Amino acid sequence: MSREARIGETVLSVEKVSLSFGGVKALQDVSFDVREHEVRAIIGPNGAGKSSMLNVINGVYHPQQGTIRLRANGAWKEFSDMDSHEAAALGIARTFQNIALFKGMTVLDNIMTGRNLKMRASFLEQAIWIGRARREELKHRRAVEEIIDFMEIQHIRKTPVGRLPYGLQKRVELARALAAEPRLLLLDEPMAGMNMEEKQDMCRFVLDVNDQYGTTIVLIEHDMGVVMDISDRVVVLDYGRKIGDGTPEEIRGNQAVIDAYLGVAH
Amino acid sequence: MLYREAGQFKSTYAADQQIFPIRQDRIAVTLLLLVAFIGVPLFANEYWLSAILVPFLIFALAALGLNILTGYAGQLSLGTAAFMAVGAFMAYNFVLRMPWLGVIPSFILAGLCASAVGIVFGLPSLRIKGFYLAVATLACQFFVLWAIQRIGWFTNNSSTGVITAQTIEILGHTFDTPQSKYLLTLGIVAVLALLAKNLMRSETGRAFMAVRDMDVAASVIGIPMMKTKLLAFAISSFYCGVAGAMYAYTYLGTVEPEAFTLDLSFRILFMIIIGGVGSILGSFLGAAFITLLPIFLNVFFGALSHTFGLDISHAIVSNIELMIFGGLIIFFLIVEPHGLARLWQIAKEKLRLWPFPH
Amino acid sequence: MNVSFFFEVLIGGLLAGVMYSLVALGFVLIYKASGVFNFAQGAMVFLAALTFVSLLERGVNFWLALGVTLAVMVVLGMAIERVVLRPLVNQPPITLFMATIGLTFVLEGLSQAVWGSQPHGLELGIADVPMQWLADSTGMFISQFDLIASGVAAVLVAALALFFQYTRVGRALRAVADDHQAALAVGIPLKNIWAIVWAVAGFVALVAGMLWGARNGVQYALTFIALKALPVLILGGFESILGAIVGGLIIGASEKLAEVYLGPMVGGGIESWFAYVIALLFLLVRPQGLFGEKIIDRV
Ligand SMILES: Nc1ncnc2c1ncn2[C@@H]1O[C@H](COP(=O)(O)OP(=O)(O)OP(=O)(O)O)[C@@H](O)[C@H]1O
Ligand SMILES: [Mg+2]
Repeated sequence: MSREARIGETVLSVEKVSLSFGGVKALQDVSFDVREHEVRAIIGPNGAGKSSMLNVINGVYHPQQGTIRLRANGAWKEFSDMDSHEAAALGIARTFQNIALFKGMTVLDNIMTGRNLKMRASFLEQAIWIGRARREELKHRRAVEEIIDFMEIQHIRKTPVGRLPYGLQKRVELARALAAEPRLLLLDEPMAGMNMEEKQDMCRFVLDVNDQYGTTIVLIEHDMGVVMDISDRVVVLDYGRKIGDGTPEEIRGNQAVIDAYLGVAH
Repeated sequence: MLYREAGQFKSTYAADQQIFPIRQDRIAVTLLLLVAFIGVPLFANEYWLSAILVPFLIFALAALGLNILTGYAGQLSLGTAAFMAVGAFMAYNFVLRMPWLGVIPSFILAGLCASAVGIVFGLPSLRIKGFYLAVATLACQFFVLWAIQRIGWFTNNSSTGVITAQTIEILGHTFDTPQSKYLLTLGIVAVLALLAKNLMRSETGRAFMAVRDMDVAASVIGIPMMKTKLLAFAISSFYCGVAGAMYAYTYLGTVEPEAFTLDLSFRILFMIIIGGVGSILGSFLGAAFITLLPIFLNVFFGALSHTFGLDISHAIVSNIELMIFGGLIIFFLIVEPHGLARLWQIAKEKLRLWPFPH
Repeated sequence: MNVSFFFEVLIGGLLAGVMYSLVALGFVLIYKASGVFNFAQGAMVFLAALTFVSLLERGVNFWLALGVTLAVMVVLGMAIERVVLRPLVNQPPITLFMATIGLTFVLEGLSQAVWGSQPHGLELGIADVPMQWLADSTGMFISQFDLIASGVAAVLVAALALFFQYTRVGRALRAVADDHQAALAVGIPLKNIWAIVWAVAGFVALVAGMLWGARNGVQYALTFIALKALPVLILGGFESILGAIVGGLIIGASEKLAEVYLGPMVGGGIESWFAYVIALLFLLVRPQGLFGEKIIDRV
């Protein structure tokens, strides 16, 4: 089945979102949608508001205006202000621009925390380590080991993440997000600061996630080559406004986008 | 070839998830427990039992409680002594007013009362972090002490504020000898330490550490901030509360509110800094260190003044003790922020490689 | 309710508040310059006062004793910077905070090991008596000592505020407070700045120690003064001099009023925690403190 053919209906729609910090307008009236199973890229110059957009979608930042509509289990849910815990419960997972792993914990424990929403045992059961607590721990360990295999990080599973090199940390962070079995995955510059080889690996992982698990992906990336290669549609932000939206080919020919990147005066 | 992980292949995840995955560790812990439960009561004299081992165990439990909150969940607290005080005085009141409950249930209820206080004073942690929170926990320290001193009910209207712990009786057996008090303390501490170890290696422990290491990421993967932080306060204060109850019942016998001042809170904080922040073993190592150090210093200065005919007054010794405590804290923070537990781990890793250092 | 009595209590509280501000100021200075919450400020106050009074008692001239104590505090400040803070640079703030708790013990032990632990009286030549003319004209009993002491404190606070606003060192300090890296980049010698600030904090500690010591006696309890200043800091924010001043006044006044009007209802002694509870309640409404800006963590 071709990639295009798998793409389904809209699952997330961001409508007229505005966010500001004091005087800084990080987002102004931004609207766009994301379809099921697609890879949606957000691009734009530094400070354009890309990260802020992701932060609004999963409730880390709270916009002053606008709504976010999300289709979950066949029904639309509407939020003027998402709560990050709720976002997680609705199947949104993400990685961060500046790695946000739990530094003092091992790779395995980091990824296990990704499954916390699936665990049911109370803390008393866990303390006594019987029945459900023990079964759950085993069951989720198996699931996590599958992800570890998928991400090819078996050799470091017992290493504290603080001791890993940057590229591997980025991979572990993706693994932690995957552990939640998200329906929508938000990736904030997953390949930033990597060399060619690491970038290629990461691209492969992102596409594999998209193919194998059917996960919808929203991704911020600066490397145009990568964006053109792996994304189905692209949103372009500049100074907090949306200045372009379309397939990679359309974006490549968009004069406003070219100007923004070349720094033409507004 | 004594301490080897190699060759112990774990074919199942269950085997990998045992409480002590390495066989030598299991043997060592078993031996330690045998010595503690059988050897020590047989051979230790009364001084060692009641003046060193019992307080050591109680402090270790309090340090463990603080470590759960500060070391694992990352919320610095300076109110440990207040939670202990709640435990001590509530245990006294439960035993006094509901004698039919029995001592152990009274201790548990006292611990739960400490939890309740912990939750109330943990509420600010939802809005403030770091040393702002530490200062907020001082409010707990001062308020609780004041309440116990002023409200007669807590001390059964004792005019001096001093309470005398009732004799401990469990299932018709009286715990009044140093041996039996030691064994009771040891039993409680061992069970609670085991529970803590289990808890910290399961979901709850991971959630605590996640909140400690990166709270935004933790809430993004669905860890509920409020529940996790308040649970950390509740569990931690429970441990401190039970430690406080034993402080009154198996250690001092008579206790006054002034035994639970800010100084005690600091002392327990020092135990986890020296022992190892975020380590259950570290709580024990730190407690042992801080309990033994003053004894060691006294002996040392005693010998010093004896040999050189110096007259080193008690006041001087206690001031030097203060300086050494403070100096050690700074030293450990600079040189080994993970404390004795980390040194122990490094030693084990070396041993694992010995005699071939590659 | 007796109005002139109410004002008497209020003014007494405000005067005590100025003295809290003075201690709080020591914290703010160090926090602004080096990001360290120096829990040992109280121990520094104690050390300064004890050194000064012990020198006086050994017959040293007042001004000489003052000079020597000041020198001790400056050297001490620089030593702390060198031995404790520099090795801990780039550690999380909470680690530095715990290090200063360790420092508190070192300083308390040191001062008492050197000077002994018995309490001393300190006579600055200002009697702690109500001002008669005020009592005659308004019926309010306001202590002459409190008024002069808070006058001194106010002058000092104002002088420091001006110092940091208008001198080169002061400007450098503020640059450092805003952004350590940037300050380094434009060539501000951080280490010197830190040493200066610790020295100034030592001086503030000395003045606070003299005033508080003259009022309550120079004894171990002086270290608790610092605990009084902590709620002031929560209220005013750790980085705001203005916050320390206003916070001190609020805490001082509300504490005295509560002590007089609320205390008898609950059995008294509430001054040990009342300030903390006020600060906490305030935090629930405004976590960023009186003058702090709301910060949203960047991710
Ligand atoms: N937590 C915050 N507090 C204050 N201002 C913020 C915060 N987060 C973002 N901003 C501001 O909002 C604007 C948009 O920032 P954002 O991080 O979304 O940009 P970006 O497109 O992700 O840039 P980059 O490519 O550098 O990552 C910037 O001016 C930034 O300074
Ligand atoms: Mg960004």
